[in-house]
Amino acid sequence: MAGLAFEDFKVGDTASYGRYALTRDEVISFASQFDPQPMHLDEAAGAASILGGLAASGWHGCVILMRLIADNVLAGGMGEGAPGIDQVRWLRPLRPGDVFSARHEVLETRVSRTKPDRGFVRFRFELVDQDGIAVMEQTNSIMFGLRGPGGTA
Amino acid sequence: MTAFLEELVVGRTEVLGSHTFTADEIKTFAAAYDPQPFHLDEAAAAASHFGALCASGWHTAGIWMRLMVEYAQRQSEERIARGLPVAEMGPSPGFRDLKWLVPVYAGDTITYSATLRETRLSASRPGWGLATHDNEGVNQKGQTVFSFTGTAFWQSRGAQA
Repeated sequence: MAGLAFEDFKVGDTASYGRYALTRDEVISFASQFDPQPMHLDEAAGAASILGGLAASGWHGCVILMRLIADNVLAGGMGEGAPGIDQVRWLRPLRPGDVFSARHEVLETRVSRTKPDRGFVRFRFELVDQDGIAVMEQTNSIMFGLRGPGGTA
Repeated sequence: MTAFLEELVVGRTEVLGSHTFTADEIKTFAAAYDPQPFHLDEAAAAASHFGALCASGWHTAGIWMRLMVEYAQRQSEERIARGLPVAEMGPSPGFRDLKWLVPVYAGDTITYSATLRETRLSASRPGWGLATHDNEGVNQKGQTVFSFTGTAFWQSRGAQA
């Protein structure tokens, strides 16, 4: 996938892509900057927490998914950002050593009423670990430019 | 890290703190996690519908989280100084209705807050409950740039017994 525009997405489309190996150093570095809770910084504190061991910030999961989407869906294409996120569910802890990929399903597509040269594609994304288990689920729309505004394609 | 679930007051707003987004940190964050042209390069951003370099929405969210944790740590230190027990904050099962309403441009200062919407005891984890907050970020012009509703595990008084 590359160079994608609004017209390239159809309801029901699915895709799997990317690879992101999460290291202990990165878990701690991200948490130090954005979520300095002990359970994201230290093995013993993680083990004593509900997470049951050192685990990444949930926001770290969001940005890993973002990176996978940026590299594999948005790169070189007509993506114009997202107005928001309908829902994120953090299903399982993200552990150092996990290797993640992403998958998505297209839920909805609609051309903007006010700006007919762009449209919204609504996705359900999953961040998936090396065993194929979803650790996080995210539903949101991304704005894309139309390749042929006013056309029928 | 803070007050116990039962001490939280529905409707109360806590001002967590402020952060000024520099162009350098916007680009550093975007290069690592959200490499879209309007977060990486002034000229590309000027040509986009954003009109100028702006932060990844996840960067805006990440700073909320940091300020929330730092706020809770300050609350905790105050409680310890007063001889009060301190509750733990737990992980979050998720959030909803996150909105990036206005771009956060280089040089903007965002002030973040959290307003308690509701609390409930956890059915599955004795000694824990869940607290749901409506959170937002407001820029120096008074525009709300960011909002979401988040839920986190929160230690209950019951856990002290």
